[in-house]
Amino acid sequence: MIEYQNIFTQVQVQGKTEWGMDDSGELSAERAGKPFFSKLMGLFGNAQIGPINIGSYGVISCICFMIWFNIVGFSMLAQVGWSVPEFIRQLFWLALEPPGPEYGLSMPPLNDGGAFIIAGMFFLGGCVTWWLRTYQLAQQHKMGKHLAWAFAALLWLVLVLGLIRPVLMGSWSEAVPYGIFAHLDWTTAFSIRYGNLYYNPFHCLSIVFLYGSVLLFAMHGGTILAVTRYGGDRELEQIFDRGTATERAALFWRWTMGFNATMEGIHRWAWWFAVLTPITGGIGILLTGTVVDNWFIWAQEHNFAPMYDGAYGYEDYGSYEAFIGKEN
Amino acid sequence: MFPKWFDKWNKDNPTNIFGPAILVGVAGSAIFAAALIVTWGNPAQTASLQTGPRGTGMSVPEFNVARVAPDPTIEDYYTEEPYVPEGGEPLAKDVYENVQVLGDLTEDNFNRVMLAMTQWVSPDEGCTYCHGDADVSEYGADDLYTKVVSRRMIQMTQAINDDWYGHVNAADEVGVNCYTCHRGEHVPSDIWFRISPVNENVEGWSANQNRATSLSQSTSLPSDALAKYLEEGEVIAVHSLDSREAGVPGVDGYASIQDTERTYSLMNYFANSLGVNCVFCHNSRAFYDGGQNTPQWSTASLGIAMVLDLNETYLIPLKDTYPAERLGPIYADAPKVACRTCHKGYQRPLQGMNMTADWPELAAPGAPVYE
Repeated sequence: MIEYQNIFTQVQVQGKTEWGMDDSGELSAERAGKPFFSKLMGLFGNAQIGPINIGSYGVISCICFMIWFNIVGFSMLAQVGWSVPEFIRQLFWLALEPPGPEYGLSMPPLNDGGAFIIAGMFFLGGCVTWWLRTYQLAQQHKMGKHLAWAFAALLWLVLVLGLIRPVLMGSWSEAVPYGIFAHLDWTTAFSIRYGNLYYNPFHCLSIVFLYGSVLLFAMHGGTILAVTRYGGDRELEQIFDRGTATERAALFWRWTMGFNATMEGIHRWAWWFAVLTPITGGIGILLTGTVVDNWFIWAQEHNFAPMYDGAYGYEDYGSYEAFIGKEN
Repeated sequence: MFPKWFDKWNKDNPTNIFGPAILVGVAGSAIFAAALIVTWGNPAQTASLQTGPRGTGMSVPEFNVARVAPDPTIEDYYTEEPYVPEGGEPLAKDVYENVQVLGDLTEDNFNRVMLAMTQWVSPDEGCTYCHGDADVSEYGADDLYTKVVSRRMIQMTQAINDDWYGHVNAADEVGVNCYTCHRGEHVPSDIWFRISPVNENVEGWSANQNRATSLSQSTSLPSDALAKYLEEGEVIAVHSLDSREAGVPGVDGYASIQDTERTYSLMNYFANSLGVNCVFCHNSRAFYDGGQNTPQWSTASLGIAMVLDLNETYLIPLKDTYPAERLGPIYADAPKVACRTCHKGYQRPLQGMNMTADWPELAAPGAPVYE
């Protein structure tokens, strides 16, 4: 077996459990759960599970998400007449839908979108408090706030989809339903209704950053794994004390394509690509229906989508009879 | 069992044979499979019908197995050439009683049509399905609902072939007769009834979707698309035809996401009914743009108008004529038609067979024209 290509972590450290630092003397009061080791989890990441920080934001967030989850689940169960087998059978089809367009921005009856509004408030509360948690924990650890701002980029997209755009459109009916297939239906219908979202330049940018993130992640992961044998996985040390691992990785890319990232720069690029995916996507969705109602026509007006030369050439397409094998 | 020198050599030269064996096995199997595909060809071959300019991906692909297989109901089709009248033959309205629609046919042709109808609609019961067990002299009576419905269906068939000539003969002489829908059954397959709302304890848009049903094509899209568009005649189009159109969803015709999902549900029904995909009629980069649609789109638009007319004029008014078991299971509504009732999954019903060639009596109302 070629060891270095293994998908699982090759080294697991197990011993006395690690409780983490406590410089202020107050942090351990909020740490809960007796830590333990899991060999299975160690194949993917750190083998130690727990302890977990219980902050007020985390508690509020979990309660909010749980209420949201239960409103959605029990609404689905009610829709199948409280039949559990039918609930399981139709689970991917069922959904909690936003109110119909006739209600605008008013509060609809509970069984006609009202439950969706309430569930949405708790979902929003859960997302925002979870963001506050990421900020607060970074602050306590005296870290940069990069993760909080990255999560805020996602929060922007969530807010645009469920709050800002529906308010600007004047109707809660524009919000995304909570359901497996239902939210995919929404995505398709959103693109079709507004004249093909592929011609929305911000959608284009979002795709560029999404696929770009994938590419950067693959290049970076591959590069670091490839120089791990020279200590390349100690990436941060390599930033200020560049060793042979960095030299080799840099040379590989410079000789391959004439340019190479640095141990620092690659992380900045990866962070920005990831963060710009939901930021540009959110802008694209925000503009749809509020500023532009038909992206294909918009693209034609801006010389972005060309017209065909007009020759459809139907006579050369072949007949139905030939297609079903009745002639020729 | 092996010579000593062989065992000794093996002992002195230990080799892991599993690695190479797995490698050779995997590579060998891959080469074997590749050789099979290259020599015998792809076992699931497809062919495509081009529907738009090259490079746009506009084509309808289909597996060869299904593509060249003839519609199995074609084999059971009964037909008989007409007896062209030479003048002076007795007419059905003079020979028989209560002949309201086909009275201008000669007696021979009238009996020919009657016989064919039994083959198309009630091959097992024959005449008795509509006329009962009565003596032939009593056949004029309208006692059975089947006979009353049949008369109306003959009128509908004539209207389809005459009023909606542009749809049923759009690309070729095809037309319809009883067999196009019935295919040897009393009640045609692929008729539909109202089923929405499909969800309990909710109202409005929450109630008409997110269930796998026959009318949602097993998707989570709305189940009331056929009722709204092919019975009530609501507007199907949802697009803004300018890059900017001020409006609030659901107000003054500014279509909502929900309207779009319902339209999408109808379009899924169309595609499944004809065994095609979106680009059979549309250029999917601009679904709304008539300038980029294919000629099939015009035919389909005519078909929508036709289905609306047939449901409104012929099928829904028959509600009180049917016995209870022929009505819808939920709302006791009359059975209705839509694309699939005739097409049954094919681009052209019965793969384009001409259904009016032998049946000028059904091609238009009034006295038939024989050629």
